[in-house]
Amino acid sequence: MSAEGIQGASRPSLGRGFRLQWEAAQNAYVLLFPEGMIKLNGSAGEIMKRCTGESTVAEITADLERTFEASGLSADVIAFIEMARAKQWLSVAT
Amino acid sequence: MTALPAASPGAHPSAATRPGPPLWLLLELTYRCPLHCAFCYNPTNFAASGPELGTEDWLRVLQQARALGSVQLGLSGGEPLARDDLEPIVAEAHRLGFYTNLITSGVGLSEMRIRALKDAGLDHIQLSFQDSTRQMNDFLSSTRTFDLKSKVAALIKQHDYPMVLNVVLHRLNIDHVEEILQMAERMGADYVELANTQFYGWAWHNRRQLMPSRAQVERAEEVTRRFRERQDRPMRIFFVVPDYFEKRPKACMNGLGSIFLTVTPDGTALPCHAARMLPGLTFPNVKTASLEHVWYESSGFTHFRGDAWMKEPCRSCPEKTRDFGGCRCQAYLLTGDAANADPVCDLSPHHHKVVDAALAAEQEEPMVFRSRANSSRLF
Repeated sequence: MSAEGIQGASRPSLGRGFRLQWEAAQNAYVLLFPEGMIKLNGSAGEIMKRCTGESTVAEITADLERTFEASGLSADVIAFIEMARAKQWLSVAT
Repeated sequence: MTALPAASPGAHPSAATRPGPPLWLLLELTYRCPLHCAFCYNPTNFAASGPELGTEDWLRVLQQARALGSVQLGLSGGEPLARDDLEPIVAEAHRLGFYTNLITSGVGLSEMRIRALKDAGLDHIQLSFQDSTRQMNDFLSSTRTFDLKSKVAALIKQHDYPMVLNVVLHRLNIDHVEEILQMAERMGADYVELANTQFYGWAWHNRRQLMPSRAQVERAEEVTRRFRERQDRPMRIFFVVPDYFEKRPKACMNGLGSIFLTVTPDGTALPCHAARMLPGLTFPNVKTASLEHVWYESSGFTHFRGDAWMKEPCRSCPEKTRDFGGCRCQAYLLTGDAANADPVCDLSPHHHKVVDAALAAEQEEPMVFRSRANSSRLF
């Protein structure tokens, strides 16, 4: 894991001990960890579910822009991934 | 087997009128336990408890809870490893999509069982340390119980579980917070819970012996703060505050009937670990009642939901949406009326009862353990 900023080529994956799943009862993605749960809002859930360790940040952003017919999402995606890494929800390989 | 956690899952109840689901399910599988902790939150009359539920009953509870939207599962007791059907219970919980937490003393967690639990899908293990005075002494002198728990901690790491170390703090060990944190770091804990004793059950009975002094609490908080500052690896520290020393109550259970549901060994469904003491409420048994009925219809879960039950000073208090009036059990224990404000709140006319209990601890000097630091302090 690098302490450097998130790059387009970075590959984020779920942090150790965390599990991401869709909860119909809450109509949301939730992040589960030892004795805790965080309910994600819509965009956080959409980003997190793409952080599988397979895709780069650039690919995740492109996929989001395609899916939601939007553009210019890069800064928001990077800001979210930075925040999620700081909270250990994600670990990031560069 | 552990003190009552004041911390709740990081979920925020919505303002919607229909109550949300019981997100956090705690199964107290058994009251059997190899330890005899003086601070246990289990009821002091547990010996009179009916027979334990069978495997099929627990599996049905899991299925019904999951259908309602439960997602975090705690398996506790007593010592849950005393049940030889723990593995099939974990397997069913995992299949249903629960995040499964085993809350254990470590006694009975053999290599064979830890492997079987991993295969069943267990997500996380919370291991307690220093659960009794005898063990604390064992711990301080590195004797057998400490060795056993250390081996279990190593096994947990070896099998790649996230590990939470839970240490219940009280007058007799709160001065060792620094050593406890160092031990946790050495063992590679991912989280440490420094859980100041919450006074229910056995802890309520022993409160005079367990209550720390204000000076002890302040020192422990300071040690924890300094430790956090110089940490060089990511170990998260939860400091569960000793609420008797506060001016505002804890947001106990995020309000009764808001997110938490527990089932006792005999099948009684409760909105918190200690709620069976609350008079006038009905707590159905899961052998005969569905969890849907329990959660949405039984008085044990609906009576203190929301704020219609509140009296002054809570009723008109702007902070009621933050602390929900505090703990109903504490209000009942200390004021005789569960609908009163938790007397931890200094707006409560009964607040002096909490202050008196905390001050009583000042009357008696805490035990001084033989250590180099204490030796230097004495002379």
